[in-house]
Amino acid sequence: MDRSECIEMMYPELEDRLVVTIMGAAAQELYDLGHRENFFYLQHAMGLASSIGLGLARHLPKESVVVLDGDGSVLMNLGTFATLARYRPANLVHIVFDNGSLLSTGGFESHTTAGITDLAAIARGAGIEHVADVGTVMEFGEAVVEAFERRALSVIVARVRAVGPDNYGMDMHLPENAFRFRRCIRDRKAAAASEAS
Amino acid sequence: MPVSYENSKVIFQGIKDAGIRSISALPETWLGLLLQRAEDDPEVDLVQVAKEEEAIGIAAGAYFAGEPHLLLMQNHGLLAAINGIVSLAQLYSIPLCMLIALRGHWGEPYPWHTRGGIVTEEVLRALGIPFQYARDPNQVGRQIQEAYTFSQSSLSPVALLLTRDLMED
Repeated sequence: MDRSECIEMMYPELEDRLVVTIMGAAAQELYDLGHRENFFYLQHAMGLASSIGLGLARHLPKESVVVLDGDGSVLMNLGTFATLARYRPANLVHIVFDNGSLLSTGGFESHTTAGITDLAAIARGAGIEHVADVGTVMEFGEAVVEAFERRALSVIVARVRAVGPDNYGMDMHLPENAFRFRRCIRDRKAAAASEAS
Repeated sequence: MPVSYENSKVIFQGIKDAGIRSISALPETWLGLLLQRAEDDPEVDLVQVAKEEEAIGIAAGAYFAGEPHLLLMQNHGLLAAINGIVSLAQLYSIPLCMLIALRGHWGEPYPWHTRGGIVTEEVLRALGIPFQYARDPNQVGRQIQEAYTFSQSSLSPVALLLTRDLMED
């Protein structure tokens, strides 16, 4: 399956959730479906998308946080699985698209190519209870629905082909994305507070 | 030399007086008593990371969430976190208020700390990170408050270096 199919399938589900993506293809494919103010694209600092997700989830317990990660990025910060397992943010779904490739930087094979390194096993070994390992769009969709319904920290490793979009580019500066994302969260908090009162 | 119980208490109070209730940290000797207080205080949310670079991501998440946040690390942790500081915090204009134990400096008896201590200030200068030294328990509370204020107004990482004078009795 392709990552773009997965992202497209779950896109309607992301409308009302805080989404953090890694750089490159995952960011572009989400952006191309239509940017929303609740999306943040981490275009560098590989490995930290899930750490941002933890910071968000821990301080915004009423929000649902989704991280779209990749094998190359997560390999740069494997400790994140241990930290996530320790603090178990119930409102975080961590999706790792494993294409076995450093696609955005020239397509070199990553350590996960041909199943040498099993990211789902690493996540389980780190102490994360709910880990799915999926290879078809149908399985991916089921795993995502289950993860959202579970309301417990969930990791989904999705094995995808190493293909990405033909064109890259966003009509948005990087700090602009950060400013707008923060403002969007502030407005959502204010709206939730006024609904509650 | 033992870690200063009194000054750890003063620093922790300074963090709380600055309105900060969210901390990410990687434990180290000088920060031990401080972290113990953070862990025992029900008002304070402490996340211990496996490596300091993670804390840059957590700090960004807390900032997006509108939660005042502080990072506690050793200077070697700062060195380990540089790419996150540059390519997340600085690239996206995300403030970081960092309290950094300055090991490997004047009076350092342990050889393994020395190289990191010698390069810390030059690395901070090269990264364009404003920093101050915290030496005096009577000043450190105000310095923490000012570091936090400056990080927020400049949308930049800011470092307060915790020195031996302050951290050891």
